[in-house]
Amino acid sequence: MRVLELKINGDRVEVAAPDHWTLLEVLRYRLGLTGSKQGCDKGDCGACTVLVDGKPELSCLKLAALSEGAEITTIEGLLPLHLQAGGTGPDPVQDAFDRCGALQCGFCQPGMMLSARALLNECHSPSQAEIKKALSGNLCRCTGYTQIIEAVELAIAERVGAKNS
Amino acid sequence: MLRLPKFEVEKPTTVDETVALLSEKTGDVMIIAGGTDLMPNMKHELFTPKKLVSLAGVSALFGIREEAGALVIGAMTPLDQVANHPLVAERAPALAQAAGLVAGPQLRRMGTLGGNVMLDTRCQWYNQTYFWRKSLGFCLKKDGSACHVIEGGSKCVAAASNDTAPALMSLDAKLTFANADGQRELLLDDLWKSDGIFNKKVPPSDLLTEIRLPQREVKHLGAYGKLRDRGSIDFPLFGVAVRIDIDANDVVVDAEAVSVALQARPTRIRKFGESLVGTTLGSPEFEKGVQAAASLGHKQCRPMPNVPGDHEYRHAMVPVYLKRTILAAAAGAGPVHAV
Repeated sequence: MRVLELKINGDRVEVAAPDHWTLLEVLRYRLGLTGSKQGCDKGDCGACTVLVDGKPELSCLKLAALSEGAEITTIEGLLPLHLQAGGTGPDPVQDAFDRCGALQCGFCQPGMMLSARALLNECHSPSQAEIKKALSGNLCRCTGYTQIIEAVELAIAERVGAKNS
Repeated sequence: MLRLPKFEVEKPTTVDETVALLSEKTGDVMIIAGGTDLMPNMKHELFTPKKLVSLAGVSALFGIREEAGALVIGAMTPLDQVANHPLVAERAPALAQAAGLVAGPQLRRMGTLGGNVMLDTRCQWYNQTYFWRKSLGFCLKKDGSACHVIEGGSKCVAAASNDTAPALMSLDAKLTFANADGQRELLLDDLWKSDGIFNKKVPPSDLLTEIRLPQREVKHLGAYGKLRDRGSIDFPLFGVAVRIDIDANDVVVDAEAVSVALQARPTRIRKFGESLVGTTLGSPEFEKGVQAAASLGHKQCRPMPNVPGDHEYRHAMVPVYLKRTILAAAAGAGPVHAV
């Protein structure tokens, strides 16, 4: 057991966990942040995706003991971070997923939205090919990819529209 | 839910500290780089070390630089950096393409070039949970005595599945290893042995510190082709890296191809360049040479039912992917993959 100092969704948290616990286990079972999903648990599905220093990584394959010092963002952090940055309501990616009905069972959604958020942070108006590539590490078992891609395109279109108007 | 077996983590910050920790208790200690292959393998109880030595804090192992004409890549450099670095794209296009096709975006950010080179071999009968493997009576590579790939086989044929290895071999890469006795350099070709249980001649207690691509005297073109079921995430069902050396008139002066995901080690296609050398890129003779080279690959590359996917289909795809990859290299394009 070691006491870890983690930076999660803008907060500094101290949490005790054994060395063999993954970041996903600490998020879900120590901190109650159950938005990150435990899917395949071996790096295939992307349901456990979190942002580490702004880039998507898989928390099921990342040891909590090796996650100190990085800024970790989970799905629970998207709305507060958006508000902190001066926005209103949910993150535009979350809003677009909601309006496009970009979910069926919803299990892949947190990972999908975080991968999409990272893409939008990196690139102002990515193409559909770039969207597909950025989301290619996230599987949707309901195969609802069409609405998911539409949602990311909607978030991009509204951002581009807001800038141009 | 897959839980990791218990272990402790060490976080050294220098190569010397790391090497000292690795020489402490051989067998009980393992290196963790990006962890993208080690973690699932440990969740499947394929490895149960008591201690993991993390390289994440060893700053000397990161980065891409030029050194006396050679391109030097630190072993801990993430695969997405290798894939997107302008120096790699310019000097080693096949490597940039191969690194960009490893797994998916999250895993390329976490996984490292050194980790991909030192990747464990894979087999559909091995990369499974303990329960699954036990139900089958285990296999040669781990806990058992029978091979499920080759009936009655006494030699493990788990496949080298590292996309970057053939690309690096096509560019005559050299590796630097560190251990308690100091450093040594090894040609990547000399790293491998044809044993699926452990396909490297260097013991796991040695630390790969950097990968060196020597300066090439002649201009070259390169590409990587990868056969897999999906356009992302999957390991290769067949992979091939091609290098074509050309003179100022676009005449081929040498050519190499290296395959992966067939047997325990990445393999050079023998006499690959013979039908291409002397032809001019884009000429009818070159096209003929490409056909001949693809047929040669089809004869030499014989997939086994070791990794997922029908092995006869994989065999049929060998000349298809080989031809496409040669043509992509010649056109300065690539990578070759579905989707």
